[in-house]
Amino acid sequence: MKAPDFAYARPASLDAALALLAAHGEDAVPLAGGQSLVTALNMRLSAPALLVDLNAIPGLAGVTEAEGIVRIGALTRHRDVGTAETVRARLPLLAAAMPHIAHPAIRNRGTIGGSVALADPATEWPACCLAGGATIVLRGPGTERRVAAEDFFLGLYTTALEPGEIVTTVEFPVPESDSVWAFEELSRRHGDYALAGLAATARRNGAGLRDVRLAFFGVADRPVLARGAASALEAGDVAGAQAALADELDPPDDPATRAATRLQLARVILGRAASRMLGRQGGSQDV
Amino acid sequence: MSENRASENPDREHAVAFTLNGEAVRARVPARMHLGDLLRGAFGLTGVHLGCEHGVCGACTILVDGRAVRACLMLGVQADGTRVETVEGLTESGRIRDLQDAFHTRNALQCGYCTPGMLVTAAELLAEGEEAGDVPSRDVIRAAISGNYCRCTGYHAIVDAVAVTAQARHAARREVAE
Ligand SMILES: Cc1cc2nc3c(=O)[nH]c(=O)nc-3n(C[C@H](O)[C@H](O)[C@H](O)COP(=O)(O)OP(=O)(O)OC[C@H]3O[C@@H](n4cnc5c(N)ncnc54)[C@H](O)[C@@H]3O)c2cc1C
Ligand code: FES
Ligand code: FES
Repeated sequence: MKAPDFAYARPASLDAALALLAAHGEDAVPLAGGQSLVTALNMRLSAPALLVDLNAIPGLAGVTEAEGIVRIGALTRHRDVGTAETVRARLPLLAAAMPHIAHPAIRNRGTIGGSVALADPATEWPACCLAGGATIVLRGPGTERRVAAEDFFLGLYTTALEPGEIVTTVEFPVPESDSVWAFEELSRRHGDYALAGLAATARRNGAGLRDVRLAFFGVADRPVLARGAASALEAGDVAGAQAALADELDPPDDPATRAATRLQLARVILGRAASRMLGRQGGSQDV
Repeated sequence: MSENRASENPDREHAVAFTLNGEAVRARVPARMHLGDLLRGAFGLTGVHLGCEHGVCGACTILVDGRAVRACLMLGVQADGTRVETVEGLTESGRIRDLQDAFHTRNALQCGYCTPGMLVTAAELLAEGEEAGDVPSRDVIRAAISGNYCRCTGYHAIVDAVAVTAQARHAARREVAE
């Protein structure tokens, strides 16, 4: 199908983009990588009057590190996030997650800011933001807000982003030197959206773990921090952590995959992630 | 430059100037027209195949500024200022001659609908391997073409063709180095 009629502008500054969004209200939407938005337009699921292309705004793409914070510009393409030297050295969780996002041609174009703004519950970056304790930086006309990832993802395709605001940066604290992480995803085919996925971080605590953060995706209407399971893992109880997921996740029930199946898959990947973070290899914790 | 400025203001149609298969081109493009339709309609580059028009099948894959992208998920107006290459340009330049020969000898195409997208996707993968100085494994090749649907070949022959091309290029590089 072909997209409906709309107007297009490619402002050369963030202020110009914000002014256009303000002037056109709900009829205008930002365009980043277009890998979800143009899809929706071509299928006529969306009919905005104006697309405000963010791609010509200087300074919105790229990765920098200062004072213990890694800053990823909203327009950084998925592939460039995962291959950036700083990300590979400081945020290996993100480098491991990147190849799971779609396919090469989509990773070349889609952006981290677009994924975060869209908040598809079955996607990798929002879960990485939760696991990594990220802060989402938002600019509105004359305002800047900083929202913790935990307060940003509010529901199915729903975030704390207000109309007229633009995600400019995703900030991650540099993990402590005793940090461990795991990324697990199960999908039917390489590059498909997750049936169940998990981005996890923790710190070593003797032979165990502390500060465990388990961010599941594909198993609820939003990415979910499983706090009960994390506490059980901190107490060294992997089976208890797996059992706790029944109360913490709310997997969608669709004709291809029953909710109970997704819950089971979530338990399996939690076992794998726990083994990895505890320094044990293999799937001995599979249920 | 004046045309770039015009794009800063909202309009339903914009003038674009870009490099297409090595030549400077210009066009006026409705905002709603995706790049695949622009390349096919205005420039006759029908090697840009359109299957799904929502990013899933990969038939429309082209190179923009040297990277594989979906022509159906970029707007024609976004081509402004970029360097676009289609399978026609890659063919004329001779850069994928070996890959095309391998597709032929390995029976990596039947109806050919997926072939331009497969060739472009594989061209990017091969170029990356050359930069890194290594040969992609079959698993890596399969992951790379995971976003390109083929309804005929069962993929095996396509993986073969890409793998033999990668090996041949690697061997040629080593000969040059020695
Ligand atoms: C076949 C296919 C498979 C895919 N598989 C996956 C997958 O496995 N995992 C995955 O994560 N994604 C997947 N995607 C989606 C892809 O990653 C998109 O790139 C991503 O969802 C959106 O990013 P974008 O930059 O393309 O945003 P766009 O499509 O440009 O925008 C998406 C939405 O976010 C808004 N927006 C974009 N940027 C900003 C910003 N900076 N500030 C405010 N609002 C903004 C737009 O207005 C729009 O509403 C897939 C896409 C396709 C076509
Ligand atoms: S036509 Fe573009 S991916 Fe199918
Ligand atoms: S050869 Fe027919 S779709 Fe691939």
